[in-house]
Amino acid sequence: MNAIEISGLQKSYSVGFFRKTEKVALKDLSLEVHEGEIFGYLGPNGAGKTTTLKLLMGLMFPTRGWAKILGKDIDDPLVRASVGFLPEQPYFYDYLTAAELLEYYAQLSGVPAKERGARARKMLERVGLAGSENTQLRKFSKGMLQRAGIAQAIVHDPKILFLDEPMSGLDPIGRREVRDLIQELHDEGKTIFFSTHILSDAETLCDRVAVLNKGELRGIGVVADLLADSGNKVEVVWQGSAATAAVCALNAECHTTGEIARAIVAKTMLDAAIDAIRRAKGNLISVTPVQTTLEEYFLKRIEQGATAGGNAKADSAVLEVKT
Amino acid sequence: MLARIGHIAYNTYREAVRDRVLYNLVFFALLLVGSTPLFGQISIGLERIVLVNLGLTSISIFGTVIAIFIGIGLVSKEIERKTLYTVLSRPVRRWEFLLGKYFGLAGTLAVNTFFMAIGFFAALLYLNHAFGRSDGQLLVAIYFIVLQFLIITAITLLFSSFSSPLLSALFAFALFFIGNFADDLRGLAGILKGTQHWLVMGLSYLVPNFGAMNVISQVAHEQAVSGALVLQNSIYALFYATAALSAAIMIFERRNLK
Ligand SMILES: Nc1ncnc2c1ncn2[C@@H]1O[C@H](COP(=O)(O)OP(=O)(O)O)[C@@H](O)[C@H]1O
Ligand SMILES: [Mg+2]
Repeated sequence: MNAIEISGLQKSYSVGFFRKTEKVALKDLSLEVHEGEIFGYLGPNGAGKTTTLKLLMGLMFPTRGWAKILGKDIDDPLVRASVGFLPEQPYFYDYLTAAELLEYYAQLSGVPAKERGARARKMLERVGLAGSENTQLRKFSKGMLQRAGIAQAIVHDPKILFLDEPMSGLDPIGRREVRDLIQELHDEGKTIFFSTHILSDAETLCDRVAVLNKGELRGIGVVADLLADSGNKVEVVWQGSAATAAVCALNAECHTTGEIARAIVAKTMLDAAIDAIRRAKGNLISVTPVQTTLEEYFLKRIEQGATAGGNAKADSAVLEVKT
Repeated sequence: MLARIGHIAYNTYREAVRDRVLYNLVFFALLLVGSTPLFGQISIGLERIVLVNLGLTSISIFGTVIAIFIGIGLVSKEIERKTLYTVLSRPVRRWEFLLGKYFGLAGTLAVNTFFMAIGFFAALLYLNHAFGRSDGQLLVAIYFIVLQFLIITAITLLFSSFSSPLLSALFAFALFFIGNFADDLRGLAGILKGTQHWLVMGLSYLVPNFGAMNVISQVAHEQAVSGALVLQNSIYALFYATAALSAAIMIFERRNLK
């Protein structure tokens, strides 16, 4: 069974005060997330990631289409007993302490009374908030709120986690910790659906990703496949300048530094290139596949979409890339 | 279901009692009630009348102010701060959330009224050194005040489920004010003719009839309140609050939380 099944999901907002116009934030989205996978939902700001998550959580209603979580329709509230949700830039009841907050959420998710206290403490410890159990949330920093947000999403031991930009607002160490935590939760068998506009997070964590831009799905697949697909080029390095002309004639990018020459050629041209080097008595040093990063893939996909859509606005495709 | 409503109600109550604004309001109300014997001393022979009028009126007005000021934020604040997202993404139905909020505020008001009533009776005891038989009627007046709170809270929740806090407060105060003159509206309708008659008549039945729930001056003059009125007001409050809450739920169930 699929953990998440989305079919033809669409959402438009009506904007403008006097003359209402429809703004399509999500266009005909269909995708499936398998049980037990980490699924990255990628897209630049304004792509429609938060809109999708709010629709899945029943906070908003789709203009068209439907979605199922664990085989049940999303408007069935009982589905949400096995769902954990971390909203974007979360904010919580600031008059409660962290422990009270988690106990309250455990109550609402139907965790038995005797387990609540222990679970609350355990989860706070797990997200690195041990020692802050009895601090009121109004005294929490942005990073601590983000951690509390993750704790509330897992306090009832859900099967599926929906995380909206889980690494935002965290420092590099915090990001690392959250990444490890997501990995751990995945190892426990949970399905994780998380949105991000930061590609390095997705590249290290995800089994599969979907790329969204301007409300439209631009690509979906296994991270390795996506990268291999777009990067079928190899770099050939050899010694001996005699072969240079012949190799470069194979539609390659060539660079020579003294006796060492480098060329990037299509995989299909690899045999021809090697033959040319041998014929010129060149000395082959290395052949390596060119690694495309998810970032390159992403940018390419978004550019394709932009040109297809006509007037491409360059700044809307800019992504924040952090390492 | 009941458990979830209870948890939400308790959390709403907890929010209210941890808010300093509430304490300030309650403090002022108690101060006012407690100082009524002073006013009584000015008007010799009328001490009890003055005390009852002033004491019960302040309980009613302060409670209404608290009901409206907390009530307008009950839903809108949760949406604005997005705290609602982590509640509704759990197996909580929207109507359960609204009812929890309602009972939480109603409970807060009941507890407040309880303490203010203690202050009021203490002041009365200080004045008369003993309770008389007619003092039991005061409890009926306080019960009616609580019924008004139940209605006002439901109305405020209804407004706050679709409009901004400021507008909700304005609507609720306006309705509270007009509601106190519902009988006068009916009188006015009697004079008017045609469409105007029906409009004013309709309005007079639409607004909550707080006039019938205000027996303060009656009990201040030691006149008994009839059992029929107690029954009538109880049923009226139940129906009015239920209707307002149902409307609030109908609106809120469909709302997109953007
Ligand atoms: N409440 C709203 N009213 C109108 N438009 C909105 C609203 N929320 C989001 N949008 C628009 O919908 C699009 C998608 O937004 P969002 O889902 O928040 O993107 P993301 O989370 O990927 O950054 C954006 O163009 C945004 O401007
Ligand atoms: Mg977003």
